[in-house]
Amino acid sequence: MEPTEAELIVAAVKGDAASFEPLVQKYSPRVFATARRYARLEREVEDIAQEIWVKAFQKLGSFRGEAPFEHWLMRLAVRTCYDFLRAHQRNRESAFSELSEPEDDWLERFAAAPESVNEHAEAAKLLVERVLAQMAPASRLIITLLEIEDRSVKEIAGLTGWSVPLVKVRAFRARAEMRKILTRIAQDKYL
Amino acid sequence: MNLEPLQQKLLAAARAHPPADRVPYAFEQRIRAHLSTLPPVDLAALWARALWRAAVTCVAVTLLLATWSFVQSPASSTTEDLSQQFEQTLLAAADQLEETW
Repeated sequence: MEPTEAELIVAAVKGDAASFEPLVQKYSPRVFATARRYARLEREVEDIAQEIWVKAFQKLGSFRGEAPFEHWLMRLAVRTCYDFLRAHQRNRESAFSELSEPEDDWLERFAAAPESVNEHAEAAKLLVERVLAQMAPASRLIITLLEIEDRSVKEIAGLTGWSVPLVKVRAFRARAEMRKILTRIAQDKYL
Repeated sequence: MNLEPLQQKLLAAARAHPPADRVPYAFEQRIRAHLSTLPPVDLAALWARALWRAAVTCVAVTLLLATWSFVQSPASSTTEDLSQQFEQTLLAAADQLEETW
């Protein structure tokens, strides 16, 4: 009979790395999807995922089993991604002069007829990645969780460890920051 | 350019392109191998490190307070005055009693 998740966790807490393997196998797709929201290079994504799992193994003793293991793991994942953003914030892109041709075309089409442009286009994806890469770590995290993943303020507070009022304040600042970056794009392009 | 629709369009673009959830081949085995190379958590070392940090903080606070009291004391002789005032206040009731008798 296959051991249950709770049994695997108990064994892993005692230091049995083999019991931890099925947990890694089961939840890694979610961990990788989360890491890919914040890191662009595949090497960085793998480093983040590895760090998340090492932390999870070391801190497994603090998991009380009151909430599902997945929730506990996702909290750890989001906080590790935030640490990654803060550690790499010097690498934030600073110039918009290097917009690629498809991004430039997409923006021009948007300026001409906002309703007709397709948000599924690859250029739109690249452009939003570029805008997010410009944002401060806390702002990027908030915009990703609140606007892109469509999570509630309370959920974000639980994931990040921030208070509900702090999440609201940071969300307000993040939207303003995003608007500022878009203003800069518009100015660089049309002035 | 109207920025509000642009912002909404870009956020919609981000929602329309969820990140891939593919996992590199044998990733779980890599994690297992990595975990087996990690040194075991030494609780005594963690305690020692925390205590050293606390000791350094305490010494810093002691030095700061010592410096502050050293700088403050020669400037005024309020310590004596204060002790005298305190004694007078404390013994005021006894003085009054003596006067009544």
